[in-house]
Order: sequence, then structure tokens, then C-alpha cells
Amino acid sequence: MKYVTKLLKGNEAIGEGAILAGCRYYFGYPITPQNEIPEYMSRNLPAVGGTFVQSESELAAINLVMGAAAAGGRAMTSSSSPGVSLMQEGISYMAGMEVPAVVVNVVRGGPGLGGIGPAQSDYFQATKGGGHGDYFTLCLAPSTAQEMLDLTILAFDIADRYRCVTIILADGLLGQMAESVEVPLDYKPREYKKDWIMDGCKGRPPRIVRSLFLDPAELEKHNFHLSEKYREICKKEVRFERFKTRDADIVLVAYGTSARICKAVVEMARADGLKLGLLRPVTLYPFPEKEIRKTAERAKALLVVELSMGQMVQDVKRAVGDACPVLFKGRTGGMVFTPEEVYQSVKKIKIKDEG
Amino acid sequence: MLKTIFRKPESLKDRPTHYCPGCGHGIVHRIIAEVIDDMGARERVLSVAPVGCAVFAYDYFNFDCMEAPHGRTPAVATGLKRVRPDHLVFSYQGDGDLAAIGTAEIIHCANRGENISVIFVNNGIYGMTGGQLAPTTLIQQYSTTTIQGRDPKTAGYPLKITEMLAITPGSVFLARASVHTPKEIRLTKKYIRKSFEIQDKKLGFSLVEILSPCPVNWRLSPVASLKRIEEVVSKEYPLGVIKDIS
Repeated sequence: MKYVTKLLKGNEAIGEGAILAGCRYYFGYPITPQNEIPEYMSRNLPAVGGTFVQSESELAAINLVMGAAAAGGRAMTSSSSPGVSLMQEGISYMAGMEVPAVVVNVVRGGPGLGGIGPAQSDYFQATKGGGHGDYFTLCLAPSTAQEMLDLTILAFDIADRYRCVTIILADGLLGQMAESVEVPLDYKPREYKKDWIMDGCKGRPPRIVRSLFLDPAELEKHNFHLSEKYREICKKEVRFERFKTRDADIVLVAYGTSARICKAVVEMARADGLKLGLLRPVTLYPFPEKEIRKTAERAKALLVVELSMGQMVQDVKRAVGDACPVLFKGRTGGMVFTPEEVYQSVKKIKIKDEG
Repeated sequence: MLKTIFRKPESLKDRPTHYCPGCGHGIVHRIIAEVIDDMGARERVLSVAPVGCAVFAYDYFNFDCMEAPHGRTPAVATGLKRVRPDHLVFSYQGDGDLAAIGTAEIIHCANRGENISVIFVNNGIYGMTGGQLAPTTLIQQYSTTTIQGRDPKTAGYPLKITEMLAITPGSVFLARASVHTPKEIRLTKKYIRKSFEIQDKKLGFSLVEILSPCPVNWRLSPVASLKRIEEVVSKEYPLGVIKDIS
């Protein structure tokens, strides 16, 4: 594959990745810090025969996505925390209807209107379903502008393959920061057979796209089916990165912006002769539980580093069990830790010497 | 020779109705199906059912149909139409769906001049949930959440949303019809046909509001309900073409 190097903001890289992935329908509503995405799509979709609509609300945006995706189009929306909360109704319906789409959340501090600084406080919403009912959304967490592009391309493929909503969980820092990105020139998105879409009942029985099952037995059966799909996703789609964990006594667990900072911390510690590593989940749902457990069995302690008051740490603790102590370092509200600050927290960890 | 002069439209499935005795939805379903048959459009219809009594429209319509969250019906229909501009796309909505929870979606759909048709069934009450106040409920009308009758001081006024939509430049054809007499049913059918034809000519947004009886929640007999539309409801919501720039 041929590539061209571009200097792109993370948000622009998402737009670029979406169009490469065959996304031709974008619907969205302005909110900081993700406005470069609708702006990019409004400028670039028409040239590839695509459709951009600035909707009257995030509610309308997700439902425009629902209609376009149900008609067989590759569709997406993007927003930031409060806007993504408004979309949860539609995301739940789409999970029930098995209508695939990509939803980008460039997370800002919360709760409520919160702030516009980078945060990771929507982890629960993005990984535990988010709306009402028994469902999950697949969740990808980029940590560079390059990954904003690469994971967006992957998100569309996964969404179509499993007929699920895929969330890209970024944050204000990743969205606004410009980095050089290798953009593939001749990427061909994989097409999936869609024998369920709304395209007119010519030569076939009419189709119904729905999430309503008033018969409890029927709804339970539908939920069993969805659950089976999530089990398959958990088996096949776990993604993570290990960074110097092989001999590490202490392993940091972080994703997205936090993981970038933690990489610098690992380098600082290594320069001082301290055996520090980083395990970076790339998929937050499915969560790399087994990898974290394995890491915990070898390490003396894990330090979970998040831009929240402690959300992913719950999943890490669940994965680790009693294999080793799990500690937590968090900043929130748009405040971001410096590498030195995280390093200080690492140095404070007292490891029991088993020797 | 015997000649068939009355049959089930191909655009309707053959199954027993779940609608209450005297309900207007069955009539509206049938005339939509007749128009689609007449236009030979069944295989290219994409329809959106609302939340409310008509959520089960897909149990009767013999063409592609999907659900939408409550009130978001025009947004979902827009998404369908933007992907498939040559299909015949309509949303089917009640007055709770369209005039309360979905107010923003219908206004902006009309204002963008989305090339879809909206069938808006107005029975002035929340039917499926058991007869609560709707935005279209008449003043002094009983509902289970206004048991003394709708008092505008606390519960507001009947909302004439179709008239509101008329000021949007994107709306091309807006009409209010009723199913309380055979004459009005024929007129309703004519408006629906016109709305679908406007869409096929790609002229823009059109909507047909249909006054419809809900005898169970109006606590009237089917016959008295039809009489109420004639004598009371159609006075508040006058019948006829509200806007036509097609």
C-alpha cells in the first residue's frame, strides 16, 4: 500500500479515516472540542459523492445515522461528552436493531456541561452499554493522530462485520493536537453482504428493522442472540499494546492521552534503572482482561493512570483479582498530569520484596 | 362475468388488527396501501413507524418498514431518503410522536425541505399509553392526566403544528384531512397521493395531517367519535389544504 504523509489534527485524521473507510454519510451537531470533524466532513464528503447534514441536535444526528445505516449506507456521527449522552437513546435502539455505525466521542470533562479540556471520564458510558438495555458498544481508544485515522478505518469494518455500534473514544487533547499521519492512498474498504437493510422489497418479502419485541420470550431470545455476538467480539477483537512490560516490576495501565504520557514516564524510569512498563488497552470493550491478568501475575504492582476519578481501574481490578496490588493515579476536569507527576506516583509505590 | 371490485391491497398483509374498535388507523393504513398499489410503488417504499399505537404498522404494511425512537421518525426517514433518493419514503406518526416529543425533528426536517412524505395521524390523545394529555388535546377535553379537562392555564393550548410548518420555506404541500366520513376519506387518499407524487417529482417536504377517532380514550362510541370530529375537532383543526406551492 502507498502512503502520503500529512500533518493532521487528530479530529481531521478521524475525518480522513472515515472517508477512506467508505463513510459517505455524516450527521452531526457542533460541540467543542470536536468541531474539526463536522467541518472536515462538510468540506470533503461532497467531493466523493457523500452527504453531510448539520442536524438540529445530537438526537437528530444519531437518528439520521440510524436511517442512513438502515438503508445500507456507511454512516457516522461525532460529538463530545454532553452530546454523546443525548445520543444514547439512538445508540440503544441501533444495538437492538443491529444497525451498524461509528460514533466518535472526543471526550471533555464532566459531569454536566463540565468543561472543554481533555478527559477520560466517559469510560463507563462507552464500555458498559451507555444507554438502556442489555447491550455493549465496541470501543476503540486511539492515542495518536495516526491511530485516530487507523482505528476509524477499523471501526467501520468492525461495525459492519458485527452489525454493532463502534465508539471511538478520544479526548480533547488527541482531537486538537496535530501530528504527522501516514495516510494510505489506495485503501479499499471491505464490503459486507447486507441482507437485512431497507432497500425496497423487490423480489423478496418485506423487511422490518426493529428493536421492539413485546413477547418477553421473544425479547429474551433476541438478547441471547446479541449476547452471543458480544461473546464473539470479546473472543476475537481484543487489542492492546505492550511497552517494555517483559521484565517490568511495576506496570502502568493507561489508554489514549494518558498512555502517551505514561510512555514518557516509562522512558524516564528506565533511564533511572527502574523496571517500569506500560500496558495500553486499544479496545476498551472488549477489555484485554487476560493480558492484564497475565501481566499482574508477573508484576509486583500495577498503576492505573486515567484522566478520571477512577473508571477503567475497576475493570483492571476485576481482571487482576488478588494477583498483585492495583493502584490508581487520576486527574480530572480537564487537568492533565505531567510525566514527572506520574513518575513521582510510581516512585512512591512500595514493593514488598519477596526475596 | 363476475368482476372483483373490492379486495385487500397488495400493500397490506392479511392479518387481524390490533387496533381498537372504531380506531382510525386501520382506515389510514388501507388508503396508504391503496395509493401505493395505484402508483405501483410497493417494491420501492421505505416506511418508518412511530412509537405509539401505530408502531405495529409493519405488521400490516407489506413493504419495508423500520422503527424509530419516539419522535425521531422524520430524522430516521431523512437518513433513509438521503441514501436512497429514488425510493418512496414516508414516516407515519401520531400527534404525541410528531407534535410533542418530535417537535424539533419535524420542524427541521420540513425546514431543510427533506424530500419525504409525512402521514400525521392526529387523534388528540396518547392512545397506546391509555389516554393521557397530548399537545393536540382540545381545551376542556378529558384525559387521564387532565381529569378536570385540559385547562390552558396549566396545560397549555392545542398545538396546530401543521400551520406552524407552513411558514418553513422547505415545506411544499401541507393538508389536513379526516377519516370521519367517506367523502373525507376519499379526500385524505387524494392528499396522500399528491404528497407521494410531490416526492417522486423531488419537490420537497409534504405532510398530510389526518384527524382520526380514538373512541376508547375519548370514552365515546365509534359513531359518537365520528360525530365529535365533525362537530368539535374539525372546528379547532380546520380541514383542507394549508399550503401548496407544488
